[in-house]
Amino acid sequence: MTLSFSARALLLASALALAPAAYAETPADTLVVAAQIDDIISLDPAQSFEFSGNDVTQNLYDRLVDFDALDLSKGYQPSLAESWQMSEDGLTLTLTMREGVTFQSGNPVRAEDAAWSLQRVVKLNKAPAFILTQFGFTPENVDQMITAEGRTLTIRLDKPYAQSFVLNCLAASNAAVIDKETAMANAQGDDLGNTWLSTNGAGSGPYSLAAWRPNEVVQLVANETYWGGAPAMKRVIVRNVQESSAQRLQLEAGDIDVARNLTPTDVDALAGNPEIKFSEELKGRILYMGLNQKDPLLSQPPVIEAMKYLVDYAGMEASFLKGQWKTHQAFLPEGYLGALEENPWTYDIEKARQILTDAGINGGTVTTKVRDIREYLDVAQSLQNAMAQVGLTLEIEQMTGAQVLDAYRARQVPIFLGEWGPDYADPQTNAGTFAYNPNNADDAGLTGILAWRNAYAVPADMNATVEAAVVEQDTEKRRQMYVDLQKRYQAEAPIIPLFQRVARDGMQANVQNWSTGGSVISAPYKQVTKGE
Amino acid sequence: MSLNTAQVPGPQPRPRSPAWRRLRGAGGVLLSLVLTMLGLLLVTFIIGRVMPIDPVLKVVGERATQAQYEAARQAMGLDQPLIVQFLTYIGDVLRGDFGRSISTGHPVAEDLRRVFPATLELASLGTLIGVVIGVPLGVVAAANRGRWIDQVARVVALVGYSVPIFWLGLMGLLVFYGILGWVGGPGRQGILFDGMVDTRTGLMLLDTALAGDWPAFRDAFSHIILPASLLGYFSLAYISRMTRSFMLEQLSAEYITTARVKGLPEWRVVWGHAFRNIAIPLTTVIALSFGSLLEGSVLTEIIFSWPGIGSYITKALLAGDMNAVLGGTVVVGTCFVVLNLLSDILYRVLDPRSK
Repeated sequence: MTLSFSARALLLASALALAPAAYAETPADTLVVAAQIDDIISLDPAQSFEFSGNDVTQNLYDRLVDFDALDLSKGYQPSLAESWQMSEDGLTLTLTMREGVTFQSGNPVRAEDAAWSLQRVVKLNKAPAFILTQFGFTPENVDQMITAEGRTLTIRLDKPYAQSFVLNCLAASNAAVIDKETAMANAQGDDLGNTWLSTNGAGSGPYSLAAWRPNEVVQLVANETYWGGAPAMKRVIVRNVQESSAQRLQLEAGDIDVARNLTPTDVDALAGNPEIKFSEELKGRILYMGLNQKDPLLSQPPVIEAMKYLVDYAGMEASFLKGQWKTHQAFLPEGYLGALEENPWTYDIEKARQILTDAGINGGTVTTKVRDIREYLDVAQSLQNAMAQVGLTLEIEQMTGAQVLDAYRARQVPIFLGEWGPDYADPQTNAGTFAYNPNNADDAGLTGILAWRNAYAVPADMNATVEAAVVEQDTEKRRQMYVDLQKRYQAEAPIIPLFQRVARDGMQANVQNWSTGGSVISAPYKQVTKGE
Repeated sequence: MSLNTAQVPGPQPRPRSPAWRRLRGAGGVLLSLVLTMLGLLLVTFIIGRVMPIDPVLKVVGERATQAQYEAARQAMGLDQPLIVQFLTYIGDVLRGDFGRSISTGHPVAEDLRRVFPATLELASLGTLIGVVIGVPLGVVAAANRGRWIDQVARVVALVGYSVPIFWLGLMGLLVFYGILGWVGGPGRQGILFDGMVDTRTGLMLLDTALAGDWPAFRDAFSHIILPASLLGYFSLAYISRMTRSFMLEQLSAEYITTARVKGLPEWRVVWGHAFRNIAIPLTTVIALSFGSLLEGSVLTEIIFSWPGIGSYITKALLAGDMNAVLGGTVVVGTCFVVLNLLSDILYRVLDPRSK
């Protein structure tokens, strides 16, 4: 009685062809989202570093500067800070706080809260702390470096950084401004409220946290006294629905407004439904191929060059990556200052073969570890086929994400296929990891840097360019520096960016202004409305 | 399965009062419970620690520097020798502290109070469906061996064994939720009812009934019925096959021939004589089937977005979140011990010889 695969597919297809019998509707003032949210481990902005967790803190808190969800290209805009001034020497940023804003607790938002929030990120030193500590803050000096007086917040820096770099980092999730009084009233020992804030909110944002049941649901309630105006959606419910097909069925039945994890198959199936529409946003994540320079074969420049032509970019984009990834061969995602949109490589077996033949390379074998995610395995298999055609053998070992990451951080993955997501809305977030490696020694332990993980000894002048770009005050010059850097990177680096993530969310036709924050921030809900 | 039904012949003990015997029995059960738990925890702990998954990375994130990593490792006590880690853990558990889960950020005890009732409710309803349909199906199939009804029962069971639950679950959702609209979709409740009824037991059907909120009860029922039927079907497949084979054994026994020769109606032979004698092994089968459902059916939970213990433990295991895994193991282990105990008690009730 076991049905063959094709029989099942046929059954499924025929059943799917039928329209749903009942069509419910969510309440007009409630936004119901189905998404995979089982990655949330903390809602403390100083600790949250997962996509779904940041989607929540994005809405619970405000930052000193924020992006406009309806026009992300404007860059950072005044938020809790209404203005700012960089000193002549570029070492001191002075921000003036907006007046009359209160936290959801009713406490006023003060410069002191902002200073304390930034200080605690540095003192707690959780995963995302580096976004702030890169400005020279340490637990010991941060109380002197970041100070508050009246409405004025003063941030002293260890180098004259580009103002855009500093403010882009202040728009990051972990730079959220927290209600100091509420958080400290719930502090345990010297945790600065970390335990309590992991499961509670204390912000001034457009929504407050009604409930978070891990792996199940996040419920947000509108902050009716929000300084930027009360949001239209009075309740936002994000339910954890793992399966794309389940999300699709719920969307068709009208039980949810937005489905965030639809596979290309389900998107195609919904395409003809007049009740459903799709948003398409470029996200910041880059799918790349890292060639470990410890590998005797992969460290040969002709092999690196040939590998760029062994990726079937267009083929994959049109098939199993359809609608989810678009070809993008530079390390800065589109939407970032200095992003490079030229894609110099195409799938060209002959060219790859010629490069290898000219260099006298006749075959070789690489055994690599690939995370057990369908897309990565598909990319790996496509690469395996292409490599076989030029005499290179690729052996693939499937592993869990944690296992691959362990090996990768230990510099033991010969060909890494996976993603990198930017941590804040500034080009340095990617430049500082793809094109920067101050010490390539094993014992340097620079485990957070992609170039180090691939044992890529970044040339000294490239390192210097990355360092110079963050202190370049002229934004146009800064942009050009990143463009040039990426061109050079494409020519010589063994880490090859392949694709940029596209988010295609399915939603009811009446949902307006839906945004997941593009490539620069997490998903804000305050601008979302529902029409008739 | 049974822990304390074996009767070892030996020298006659001095006669004791019934109260003493009960006390000693209870003491034995308690001791076996403690030993079982300790053994279970030790094995789970060791498996968790030798697994090539690093829980520290889950906490510090993949961008962490070596210094951040080391600090977190020390804070989590993972730099200590294994035995010290284990004893510390046991010490905490004895004080009622199961620790905090690194994959949910919540105390493990709080997580378990949330996920276990979800699974318990689903497994109970599933087993109920499996028993109510599976047992009569098995009996009827045995009584009609080789006839069409036996063949139908065989096919029903075979499908239950061989069709992947993942596929059947999705098809079920598609047909009964997507097309027919007869049942609620994924999740335990519709959004309109979420949070409307106070959590008392964590069993949604019971909580809504206790609150007298019948629309919420209907909603919860419409959400649970499909996954429960699915699990019920799989336990039905097992229970009906076992019932059939137990019954066939009884039906070929001499006392059945005697009963038939005496001219008893067939239904009384089957149900009154043969069936009564399979009650004991059947209890074990049902308890085992219930126990396996209580571990949580990961795939069913994923398809139906059911926040149960199966996906909780699996996710924790893959993240190296040992507090959550061990806490979950204690709960599932306790379930098995309790079920074992209950089936022992039922043995005594059902088997006149044990009195």
